Amino acid sequence: MSSRRILVTGLSTFWGGRLAQVIERDPSVETVIGVSHEDPACELERTEFVRVGLHHALLRRIVHAAEIDTVIDTRLVVDSLQASPRVAHEANVIGTMNILAACGGPHSPVRKVVFKSSAHYYGCERDDPAFFTEAMRRPHPPRTRLESDIVEAEKAVEGFAERNPDVTVTVLRFVNALGPDLRTTHTQLFALPAVPAILGFDPRYQFIHEDDLVGVLRFAAERNLPGVYNAAADGVLALSEVASLLGKPLAPILPPWGASLAAGALSRAGIRVPGEVLNQLRYGRGLDNRLLKGAGYPYALTSRETVLKHAEALRARPLKDGAGEPYRYEREVEEFLRWSPSVRRPRGTV
Amino acid sequence: MKQLPAAPAGEEELRALLPAIEPDRQLTDWGRSERVEGLIDATLYEFLYHYWFRCEVEGIENVPGAGGALLVANHAGALPPDAAMIAKAIKEEHPRPRPLHLTVEHFFKGYPGLAMLVNKLGGVPAHPANVHRLLHDERQLVLVFPEGRKGSEKLYKDRYRLRRFGRGGFVEAAMRARAPIVPVAVVGAEEAMPTFAQIGVLQRLTRLIYFPVTPLFPHLGLLGTAYLPAKFRIRFLEPIATDQWGADPSDDKGLVQTVAEEVRSRIQEELIDMVSKRRSVWFG
Repeated sequence: MSSRRILVTGLSTFWGGRLAQVIERDPSVETVIGVSHEDPACELERTEFVRVGLHHALLRRIVHAAEIDTVIDTRLVVDSLQASPRVAHEANVIGTMNILAACGGPHSPVRKVVFKSSAHYYGCERDDPAFFTEAMRRPHPPRTRLESDIVEAEKAVEGFAERNPDVTVTVLRFVNALGPDLRTTHTQLFALPAVPAILGFDPRYQFIHEDDLVGVLRFAAERNLPGVYNAAADGVLALSEVASLLGKPLAPILPPWGASLAAGALSRAGIRVPGEVLNQLRYGRGLDNRLLKGAGYPYALTSRETVLKHAEALRARPLKDGAGEPYRYEREVEEFLRWSPSVRRPRGTV
Repeated sequence: MKQLPAAPAGEEELRALLPAIEPDRQLTDWGRSERVEGLIDATLYEFLYHYWFRCEVEGIENVPGAGGALLVANHAGALPPDAAMIAKAIKEEHPRPRPLHLTVEHFFKGYPGLAMLVNKLGGVPAHPANVHRLLHDERQLVLVFPEGRKGSEKLYKDRYRLRRFGRGGFVEAAMRARAPIVPVAVVGAEEAMPTFAQIGVLQRLTRLIYFPVTPLFPHLGLLGTAYLPAKFRIRFLEPIATDQWGADPSDDKGLVQTVAEEVRSRIQEELIDMVSKRRSVWFG
């Protein structure tokens, strides 16, 4: 089944916005609706934006009224940088519950749900396998609030898939993404003059480029991929390797014992290392990406190339700063441009 | 356009989907570093293998030149030198030298310093999924010590007496990967760094897996990690095929235990034979 009427949640996040930009260029897609509780941060041609509450409580009405056949949920908070623990919990647990409720039910028009999750589902522990496959679970209960929220959200999605066997449910577990437009804990850490590390540890890291990230989401929307898929580029790097690819020294500023105390002190100095990243800096993580590759997704870049490309973007950043006005969403302007009869549109477009 | 759900990929397909090797990288996806390993190999291992332990190797032809194989050896010495010497033996004596992946306890991944070093030297955490991927998908040589720390922490008075072989997990891994098991008997490691006692208090204080008293440690500090010059003999025994018992023999726990016990007794007999023929601990 190819998707015609698509709803994207989390339009204000990087992932949702970029995905909507790609989808709206596809003429076979009739309708693109984006929802989020904040204004979108990128320019959109024909995507209709609806502002909803954090809990997405009224989503069911939108889904039914617009006869949405595909819901792409990109809104999950996967980085402590994005939101406070309380907001993240509301969004990840209650939000997921409501979005799934909007997609389910006997008369629901929804035939496909794509759920963007995170490799934080697996956690980072001492006795992890070197490559997590989709069938594996974390060996210990989650250590941080964010991780347990992600696990709980996935559990809700799993339950939804069982109750609605005629809906194709795709769960995508993404590794850390890098790219010039992304703002995550890792892009911030890698922008520092030296890459922070825990003394005595050289964890394994896997990345995905932001373009591949959008590509994977689009791929999942186009195909029928029921089940869980890891989304990670080829190659697992060591943190020391990442630092040398970025052209920066590795700074083991965090002590092996009492690292979370030291991380607290660092955050006072403006360097934020949240709990889930601290676990990664200690034990690292690798994912087996062969299932999605086998389903036909061709990754454009490997982990190493992703880091190299990110390094180029980091070097170019000071030159680009202040070059263009950042995009700002203004409802009245958008509505005028889209609906006013006075606006002259080139023939053939909607 | 209607699309079928992705069919579960077959074994060969999964193998073809393994990431390609990037020639510009010095590390593998497992974190193994050619540079660090090469450096240690050319200096320390070279010296230990040829001059200090004067390793003598028998039965190197029992190590397959291609495909996955699980090497199973006895484990000894407070800071066991046996793994490095077995890896070096394959590098030096085998007509087709291949890298050897050594399974290590999860402890190493959690201990600062060791965590950085061990996987650069070819250590892989002893997780069944790791062993399966290496043996089955990547078709590599993997070395396991089923005794684990029970072998290396045992006291000098128990030398060359094999401990319990875990729960037979190594046999299951080999069966599932359909890779042969090559038993390996090593003589010399027990005398290279014998343990006379274990100090529990210091073990808890340092958070190491154990804190041994050896002839030179702990009273000589870091110098105490030096080995005594025992003569090493490494014997690779005839491989045991694991694809002779039908499609999925790893479900049969009885068979797994039988094979594990057979591997153990073959190594034990070989050790008794080698030790009884040895005239001197130091000169062989």
